[in-house]
Amino acid sequence: MYDLSQVKVSNSPHIRSEDNTRQIMLDVIIALVPALALAIFVFGARALVVTAVSVIGCVFFEWLYNKLLKKPCTIGNCSAIVTGMLLAYTLPVTAPLWMVLIGDLFAIVIVKSLFGGIGKNFMNPALGGRAFLMASYPVFMTMWSKVHTALPLFGSCDVTSSATPLSFLKEGRLPDVSMTDAALGMVGGCIGEVSALALLVGGVWLLYRRVISLRIPVAFIGTVAVLTLIFPKGDGGAFTWMAYELLSGGLMLGAIFMATDYASSPVTPRGQIIYGVGCGVLTVLIRYFGSYPEGVSYAILIMNCCVFLIEKISQPVKFGYVKPVKAPKAEKEAAK
Amino acid sequence: MAHTFKGGIHPDDKKSATSGKAIELLPAPAQVVLPMSMHIGKPCEPIVKVGDHVYLGQKIADSQAPVSSPIHASVSGTVVAVEPRPYSFGSEILSVVIENDFKDEKDPSIHPLDIDSMTSEEIVQAVREAGIVGHGGATFPTSVKISSGLGKVDAVIINGAECEPYVTSDHRIMLEYPWEVVGGGKLLAKIFGVPEVKLGVELNKQDAFPKLQEYLPEDGTVKLYPLVTKYPQGSEKHIIKALTGREVPSGKLPADAGAAVFNTDTAAAIYRLFTTGMPAIRRIVTVSGSAIANPKNLECRIGTPVENLIDACGGFVAPPNKLIMGGPMMGMPQYRLDIPVMKGSNGFLAFCKDECTTEEHPACIRCGKCVSACPMHLMPTYIYQCSDKGEVADLEYYNTLDCIQCGACTYVCPAKLPLMQGILVAKQRVMDARKKK
Repeated sequence: MYDLSQVKVSNSPHIRSEDNTRQIMLDVIIALVPALALAIFVFGARALVVTAVSVIGCVFFEWLYNKLLKKPCTIGNCSAIVTGMLLAYTLPVTAPLWMVLIGDLFAIVIVKSLFGGIGKNFMNPALGGRAFLMASYPVFMTMWSKVHTALPLFGSCDVTSSATPLSFLKEGRLPDVSMTDAALGMVGGCIGEVSALALLVGGVWLLYRRVISLRIPVAFIGTVAVLTLIFPKGDGGAFTWMAYELLSGGLMLGAIFMATDYASSPVTPRGQIIYGVGCGVLTVLIRYFGSYPEGVSYAILIMNCCVFLIEKISQPVKFGYVKPVKAPKAEKEAAK
Repeated sequence: MAHTFKGGIHPDDKKSATSGKAIELLPAPAQVVLPMSMHIGKPCEPIVKVGDHVYLGQKIADSQAPVSSPIHASVSGTVVAVEPRPYSFGSEILSVVIENDFKDEKDPSIHPLDIDSMTSEEIVQAVREAGIVGHGGATFPTSVKISSGLGKVDAVIINGAECEPYVTSDHRIMLEYPWEVVGGGKLLAKIFGVPEVKLGVELNKQDAFPKLQEYLPEDGTVKLYPLVTKYPQGSEKHIIKALTGREVPSGKLPADAGAAVFNTDTAAAIYRLFTTGMPAIRRIVTVSGSAIANPKNLECRIGTPVENLIDACGGFVAPPNKLIMGGPMMGMPQYRLDIPVMKGSNGFLAFCKDECTTEEHPACIRCGKCVSACPMHLMPTYIYQCSDKGEVADLEYYNTLDCIQCGACTYVCPAKLPLMQGILVAKQRVMDARKKK
């Protein structure tokens, strides 16, 4: 006779994949590291301080929210770390640390937790936090330091704001930096957005680990590329113009890391393409006609709000779907 | 180019534990237990009583219902009991218990059949009388499949996908009895009057290709088609899609798409029926999993207690945490070992520890992996969300009843949601609501 005392009866399937939420979040964190390394090189150690403060803030607020509302602790899934990193990446390196914490509080408590926590937020928490800061502290949010400027690690930064490639593009001029510098990230801008190359490396990691699919980033970047190629706003050749539009600002960060946020993007494959194209169109519209030089974050936030509708129209056609046969007109009239 | 369908998953197939092991013949047990329902359809009524002597292959139970399949003695000997016994679908069912006399006296009426001299009705009747059912696990009576498809079907497929992890019984049949599989294919071509029978085999069974090729007929009546290794490639609907491009209409049968699919072992059973006259009395079972000391492919008589199979595989290395009849994706969980091997039992698995990682507070992260994995192109996470509290109208909107319960969504879910459980509840609710209408 065999010992069957430990046998458990449960529903099929009886095996499951190794993937889990925590692993996915860790992969995103790994993918964000190259951009951080480059930011530290370009902006100095303060970039690391801002990011670290933001991460600690996000994790702390999530822990505190769960503690106060007697909910199960969810910081173990590491999603707050991702939010913290992403929010920091969308801030200028000169951002005061208290402001970073306010952004964390808004992102984690208002945008994420109040809607039900991970997976339930209809808006990207990091971008929600950024939009809140942008509306509340526009001066701090647009204070761009020059690259390789010595900045205090913790204290307030007293720098004169310099132009970023985006501000040139806004005026219809090509930026005063070489294409190589723009691709590598030797330019002014937000902490995590400057290096298109480092962000692409992270994107490759996410694709390799199957955390994201190509659908959203390619639809997003592709749409921006096509629109800026057809309608260049300034001189210098349509192709050069398109290249600068792609390499400048938060496009890569937005397309690879923000728009692909699971909770606030469609789950249907066709929906993801529609969503990506929508993000691209709105980005170009805001960059060309809006009052802000950068359109990526608002484009994504607006599309976040449309996800529900996009999923409605992009529900996959079920296997074995048969089109209902329409009764011929004559019969219909006869029935009347 | 290998053929496939859209969606599906790629679990580690874990087949190497038994794929290289030749089928071992398990001696007939002292007693066989034959449950009256080893098929989809109406259970049979016993036509023998306690004390009767039965021959090997003698019919011991039958039913007049249109969808049913008779049952035959898998050993010769004496009927010692006709009573409810436990079986692998849970609880108990009326079963005929036969004490083996170890003489294997064949029923004298068993003789090879000559397909050329038979009408199609006679062929269907012969397949029915032999108790042949779909051996892939669904156990739909083969005679019904043939009779309902005659005249409608122009695509006949032999399913050698065997996409369930661990299970290698069909693989070994293709390696060791390729002439039976191909021979069955030739017979099916004749029965349906089609010029070609497609034999689809997943690419993870590379060694089976040359073996089968050796026996393929020169006139092309049976052709070999490679399939991408993917779960659930062996699903009836999806092998049809892969090999013919047709989709079985929602809620309809494969015959409505002009297709009929037969498992490799079913094809082999048809071959054996016509060449020897023997009904379905034996089964090849893969016994595997982390708790099995020495995983094997065993050929055993139908009605052999599972305990004998475990004995033959050296018992358990540790007390098992889970017992499964069938494959790990769709198999039935078991809690005892005195259940018999049945016609559709292609595998028996025992795991030391739970292979399902769970979360205490699972929360959907909307990654969309279940949507991409669903071979029926449904949205499992939405069905799950509406499953117990949502409106039935929403469940209908999400096409809940089209789910084939393959478990692909639940396998891939990184948030470890119990999607399958929720969908089963949802399906029941939709069916109840439809009945009320």
